[in-house]
Amino acid sequence: MSQDLTRLTAAEMASQLAAKQISAVELTQAHLQRIDHVDDAVHAFLQVGADSALAQARQVDEARARGEALGRLAGVPIAVKDLLATRGVATTCGSRILENWVPVYDATAVRRVREAGMPILGKTNMDEFAMGSSTEHSAFGPTHNPWDLDRIPGGSGGGSAAAVAAFEAPLALGSDTGGSIRQPAAVTGTVGVKPTYGAVSRYGLVAMASSLDQIGPCSRTVLDAALLHEVIGGHDPFDSTSLDEPVAHAVDQARQGMAGDLHGVRIGIIGELRGDGFDRGVLDRYAEALGVLEDLGAEVQTVSCPSFGFTLAAYYLIMPSEASSNLARFDAMRYGLRQAPEGGPVTVETVMAATREAGFGPEVKRRVILGTYALSAGYYDAYYGSAQKVRTLVQEDLAAAWEKVDVLVSPTCPTTAFRLGERVDDPLAMYLSDTATIPANLAGIPGISVPIGLAGDGLPVGLQVLAPARADGWVYRVAGAVEAVLTDRWGGALLEQAPDLGKQQGGER
Amino acid sequence: MSAITREDVARLAALARIALTEGELDVMAGQLSAIVDAVAVVSSAVDEATPATSHPIRLENVYRQDLVGASLSQAEALSSAPAAQDGQFRVPQILGDEQ
Repeated sequence: MSQDLTRLTAAEMASQLAAKQISAVELTQAHLQRIDHVDDAVHAFLQVGADSALAQARQVDEARARGEALGRLAGVPIAVKDLLATRGVATTCGSRILENWVPVYDATAVRRVREAGMPILGKTNMDEFAMGSSTEHSAFGPTHNPWDLDRIPGGSGGGSAAAVAAFEAPLALGSDTGGSIRQPAAVTGTVGVKPTYGAVSRYGLVAMASSLDQIGPCSRTVLDAALLHEVIGGHDPFDSTSLDEPVAHAVDQARQGMAGDLHGVRIGIIGELRGDGFDRGVLDRYAEALGVLEDLGAEVQTVSCPSFGFTLAAYYLIMPSEASSNLARFDAMRYGLRQAPEGGPVTVETVMAATREAGFGPEVKRRVILGTYALSAGYYDAYYGSAQKVRTLVQEDLAAAWEKVDVLVSPTCPTTAFRLGERVDDPLAMYLSDTATIPANLAGIPGISVPIGLAGDGLPVGLQVLAPARADGWVYRVAGAVEAVLTDRWGGALLEQAPDLGKQQGGER
Repeated sequence: MSAITREDVARLAALARIALTEGELDVMAGQLSAIVDAVAVVSSAVDEATPATSHPIRLENVYRQDLVGASLSQAEALSSAPAAQDGQFRVPQILGDEQ
């Protein structure tokens, strides 16, 4: 074979497809083969749909042969996080309670991907109902970080990030409630974007915390993420929180950034997101990335967001409160698992309690009960009420910041990938992974994570770029600029330095 | 803030309709106490004058035309049901004997 098709970027795949140098079937087959070779070791996928992916690819090839007008990414394969409803394909959310649920409809983001002619390779692993930062809370076993198979790939969308990092898919869909796209991107050396709240429809996304959840792209390059953003973004009448506004010019902005000029761009270093709690290796790469921004002509200053000291606490009240309410739908009556109680009367109530005991894992139970507590009479004002007020303070801090700067930056994650098992029994330690990513969800603003090198331990570090709501283009522009300079400096993409999993053939695991 | 006791967890689990085991009650009481201690800091960050925000992007009055659109067929809606009969969801007894 003259070239390994899985190593191309999505943009390169798209242009070779458009030029008829390669076919969508060939490209899809190459990825299915790669999945076959490495996924026993990585476990990014819960389910692979080879036949349906090849059928979609064949349709695109036929349409192209007929000369039909096709979308830019037509024929480029994609992986889908397993909490997005896919018609006719099991959608488990990483949970036993939905193990056999086969949706009768597509999520809007999935429908748009299908309409764009993108073959769906399969469904990716995740922490159960997106609750976690490591994929260790998946009921079907963890995903392994392609950089070091003994380490976490981040979470909750560790499957989507690992699939992209291991060249099993060029693109994937993720969802980000407190960092579930950006933190996995950071620890796997990939790119992940949480768009502005409402920029991508949540219809068909199995909800965790409705005021925080947002679907977004996972990729290996900023331009690829931008291409996918433009496919899935835009108003949807099926989601009443969807913004009825034009889609961000993500691709143009990414290209402008890659051209390497940031003169006049005002960048704010978030003063609260550095120092204590951040690894030395992360801070070293972060300092270099700030140097790159200055070299490109940006004006860099430090900005204070005092409320960020309280955002982790506010998030771990708001999110469980909304989750406890959203997950009440798993009542064993209309879909999902139904488990009879071991003894005593068999009523709707006892069946529901037995089903949720059997079907939910420990983190889901913890958060549902925490949310029930935070919303209960006598505690509501002190906990949930105060957390909602912190949300106002975050908005106010950001409004003040946007007076001075165009974008804000921080490390995406305080550490590099930790070892599997290291934090799984210590929920508070696990929650710290989300320190830097949570504020964007509380405020509804867009954020990206882009690789900025390897820490001393040889593991990837990510830079987070945040922009005002509805200004998603900014994050693509600034991240595209950083990526272009660093890729040049490294002599190729960071992922070229990752171990070649193909040689292991999944033999060790 | 007071610690969350085993009895508190049992009561909350009943409200949340999760039949926790005895072992889970023990573990969760400790974990939830630690988490609640950590998150209680929010009340020190705000005062009565601070308004609450429930939603990141303010939107008001999202309406649509009152027209019949495509929806699931009865068979589709029932296709994932744990039990169905005569075109309806089949469920256990709704009220207990004492109710």
